Amino acid sequence: MPSIITLPQNPPPMKAEAKNLSFFYGDFKALKGVNMPVYENKVTALIGPSGCGKSTLLRCFNRMHDLYPGHRYDGAINLMPDGVDILHKDVDPIEVRMRISMVFQKPNPFPKSIFENVAYGLKVRGEKNRSVLDDKVEAALKGAALWNEAKDRLNELAVNLSGGQQQRLCIARALATEPEIILFDEPTSALDPIATGSIEELIGEIKHKVSVLIVTHNMQQAARVSDYTAYMYLGEMMEYGETNDIFMKPKRKETEDYITGRFG
Amino acid sequence: MDSAKTAALRGIIAKARRYDMFVSALGLLFLSFGIFVLAALFIDMAITGFGRINADFFTNFPSRRPAEAGILSSWVGSLLVMFVTASVAVPLGIAGAIYLEEYARKNTFTAIIEINITNLAGVPSIIYGLLALGLFVYTFKLGQSILTAGLTLGLLILPIVITATREALRAIPQHIREAAYACGASQWQVVSDHLLKYSTPGILTGVIIGMSRAIGETAPIITIGALTFIAFLPPAPGQLNIETGQPAGLFDWLFSPFTVMPIQIFNWTSRPDPRFHENAAAASFVLVFMTLSMNALAIWLRYRLRKNIKW
Repeated sequence: MPSIITLPQNPPPMKAEAKNLSFFYGDFKALKGVNMPVYENKVTALIGPSGCGKSTLLRCFNRMHDLYPGHRYDGAINLMPDGVDILHKDVDPIEVRMRISMVFQKPNPFPKSIFENVAYGLKVRGEKNRSVLDDKVEAALKGAALWNEAKDRLNELAVNLSGGQQQRLCIARALATEPEIILFDEPTSALDPIATGSIEELIGEIKHKVSVLIVTHNMQQAARVSDYTAYMYLGEMMEYGETNDIFMKPKRKETEDYITGRFG
Repeated sequence: MDSAKTAALRGIIAKARRYDMFVSALGLLFLSFGIFVLAALFIDMAITGFGRINADFFTNFPSRRPAEAGILSSWVGSLLVMFVTASVAVPLGIAGAIYLEEYARKNTFTAIIEINITNLAGVPSIIYGLLALGLFVYTFKLGQSILTAGLTLGLLILPIVITATREALRAIPQHIREAAYACGASQWQVVSDHLLKYSTPGILTGVIIGMSRAIGETAPIITIGALTFIAFLPPAPGQLNIETGQPAGLFDWLFSPFTVMPIQIFNWTSRPDPRFHENAAAASFVLVFMTLSMNALAIWLRYRLRKNIKW
């Protein structure tokens, strides 16, 4: 089935672009020639039923698959402005992860202090200056709307925070290194509705600083937070377009069925 | 439900309950039998030997006169041998486990290594003694020394340390590794900044369990030729040699002859004079106490360190 990709009429600057991207777990082809743009300072949502490949696509963007044997990429993801193909075997996955950070499904702070959690990305980038670290940790925690709650307990263990606070801490950890793109893999699926609301609000804030790619199971969430939406099914990009168009007038019957809850 | 059905149901439940009672009573019986035997042995040993335990017992060398004989050379020997054992087994074991668990690809080669490690843990300790006699004493000419004993016991507990470290590494959830990699960490940064720190309680437990085993080992130490009667201490660094007048080097003690607690106990037990048996009981009491304190330390450390590690 050919994908229906509707690019915006006055497209914002491109941040990254997946080109004919296929991905294999061993012999299993999990992504089948996906094409998709990621626009700068915009939120792009990936939706689709379980097993459709949306998380697999997301994890291509920071080469997470490289941690496991039997993976194979085909095609390219070009990261702007330099246009480097981050899937190319000559590109070190560490370089990719230093430019593109990630927030996971389950909040996964390290069993270390709040400060050490946020500063970890800076530490691996060789930052040792204490005042620089202090400033950047504070900025990241403010950016993740956690500063007021955390400022008096920076040396306490991060795992003692509530689930929603932990996830905001993980967002702060991802923000601290000033990445070009942040990947969100169902960031609210383990959280209650109030914590979910605050994370969604946060995503709306941080897109002014960084491009966002988010996988979500929750259609309303995609409609609320994203500027562009991609509907995937069985490893294929079915339809891509502006979020309003995808939700209001999808071009494809399957997309409409999924969005309206008749399927999936 | 009518009353006949209820009565039948209650009958079935009562039967199941009787089985529960029977099994828990049986378990309690077997458990108390084990504890009773252990306690009886320990109390008998304590009663026999307790009269001999005083300061002199720790500061005297072995002697032909039972009342003057002490365990100075053997507890110092045990301590030094344990130090060498730990210096060998801990870095090697942790490094091996990290390689197997984090770096090595899962293939036939690593599968063979894994099976071998499991099997090594079950090899009788006398075999390690024979290996050490051939390798360390005859081939490398390390002598019947503290170094040889430490290396031998280090090999003996290596599988224990490796297995404990691997278990501790496996207990760290994958999402913690992914979080560290997603921050841009290299594999070594993930290992040193995260995995080693979070697995420390488990590794420590394994190390101390291994050390508790090593401190009681007798067979391999006898095989490599440890002496049973030693009335001197290994030379401390800088200590003047009475015969040559030369100060001892920093590592001279490694090559000194030695004895250890289990050998001293064995030696005293094999003498006909019953007063030596009292000495043996007292030394056994000290050895058991050393082992138990090491285990207690392991439990306490694990508790302390685990408090800060939650996922």
